[in-house]
Amino acid sequence: MSFLADNFDLLRDAFLTTLSLAVVSGIVALVLGTVLAAMRVSPIPALRALATFYVETFRNTPLTVVFFFLAFGIVYIDLQFPTRFLTAVAALSLYTAAFVCEAVRSGINAVPSGQAEAARALGLDFRQSLSTVVLPQAFRTVVPPLGNVWIALAKNTSIAAGFAVTDLTAVLQRLANANADQLAMVFAAVVLAYLVITLSSAWVIGILERRLAITR
Amino acid sequence: MTGPRVLFDLPGPRARRRQRIGSALGIVLVLLLVGLALWRLGANGQLEGERWAILFDPATNVPQRLLEALVNTLQVAAVGMVAATVLGALLAVGRLSEHAWLRIPVVAVVEFFRAVPLLVLILFCFLFLPQVGLSLSAFGALALGLTLYNMAVLAEIIRAGILSVDRGQSESAYALGMRKWQVMSFVLVPQAVRRMLPVLVAQLVVLLKDSSLGFIVGYMELLRTSRSLVETLNFSFGPRYTFQLYVAAGLIYILVNVLLSQLAKYIERRTSQNAKTAGTHGVAVAADIPLATGEAVGQARV
Repeated sequence: MSFLADNFDLLRDAFLTTLSLAVVSGIVALVLGTVLAAMRVSPIPALRALATFYVETFRNTPLTVVFFFLAFGIVYIDLQFPTRFLTAVAALSLYTAAFVCEAVRSGINAVPSGQAEAARALGLDFRQSLSTVVLPQAFRTVVPPLGNVWIALAKNTSIAAGFAVTDLTAVLQRLANANADQLAMVFAAVVLAYLVITLSSAWVIGILERRLAITR
Repeated sequence: MTGPRVLFDLPGPRARRRQRIGSALGIVLVLLLVGLALWRLGANGQLEGERWAILFDPATNVPQRLLEALVNTLQVAAVGMVAATVLGALLAVGRLSEHAWLRIPVVAVVEFFRAVPLLVLILFCFLFLPQVGLSLSAFGALALGLTLYNMAVLAEIIRAGILSVDRGQSESAYALGMRKWQVMSFVLVPQAVRRMLPVLVAQLVVLLKDSSLGFIVGYMELLRTSRSLVETLNFSFGPRYTFQLYVAAGLIYILVNVLLSQLAKYIERRTSQNAKTAGTHGVAVAADIPLATGEAVGQARV
């Protein structure tokens, strides 16, 4: 146990890095994904095509490849992220936005068409009916899938370890190399840290789901 | 909601003109950005034909290595897919068991493996298992990690499928005098798998994508191979081919995954037309299945 106490600071920092990586990317992905979903149901064909292209591309690319391009590829078009952390946030949020978009779109589809028809009959235009009538209802029905996207994102942050962000997985690798005799303890600590994030998220999502669900 | 049309009126002539102008401007903007990127690439000499030719020149051994890497990727994914599906079906049945001594451990196993990042599982198989005397190659560690993680996810998918099969199916099977294991294996699981096929295939696409994590444990899949090719070629020519090789690896991934996704869509269309499954549908299965991976959620469209 003294081993864990020795490395407590390292583990705590790594835990906070993982958590902030997930939270920041989650917020960016939520905003971007919602905009993409709005684009996919918009009246303008060009916007629909653009959003569809984005979603199909990112859903079919491994996250590792996205990381690779943002870390090593964009140098060739003379761009560079200021820090490794921002590279990871960009990769995670660009990737996750595609899944948020699909979840939100399924929610938009689940809102009964009478709602949108009534909104239009009241004279609301596309933007108004989407933002004041359809999306608020859509978000309440997509709490479970969005929650799953969030948990997947929290787990996906581990890939940032391969790209020089000192998150939990990176610390796992570092400690595992330095303390081969304590390997079980290292794994237990890191897995526990991840479980704290994922299981507590699942619990909160369950509560939100019950509070927000619309019974139709 | 029947398609996006409900949200807006069909545009009239003026709105259409406005949209066309806006779209044209937008396309010009996108083209400008693409052009800007290409210009910077060109300025850095990345677009020279010779640099790309290496990808197709057998004399450099690059196409062979990439093909080999693709085979490696597909191999580990195939092993993972088969093992995860079989184990997932078993776990799904176990979780629905009436015996608490079976159900509780299965629930624990499923929930645990769904909550731990795949990379940590792979590292566990790669670093820890050899210490307790279970020596695994990079291939074994990757395949085992993929299997452990995906069996839990697939178990949940199949369980949701089993629960969505009409109760009448199992009731009539019991009425015919079948035993419980017969009802499960001859009546419920086949229907559940067929019902969940689109979501299952989507998860298998995720598995294929995740095999790129082999990069971190040193398995020679696509990404790792491109990296090692880059290193070898850098040694002889300097960083000439880096960009091209990574682009190639990325494109191969996208191509294979798009093909698999198309397969999923095709299966979805086929099964929804199939009279045998059509008779029992009308249950919105996908939308609220607690899939742990966001990846599969995309299939939740209604």
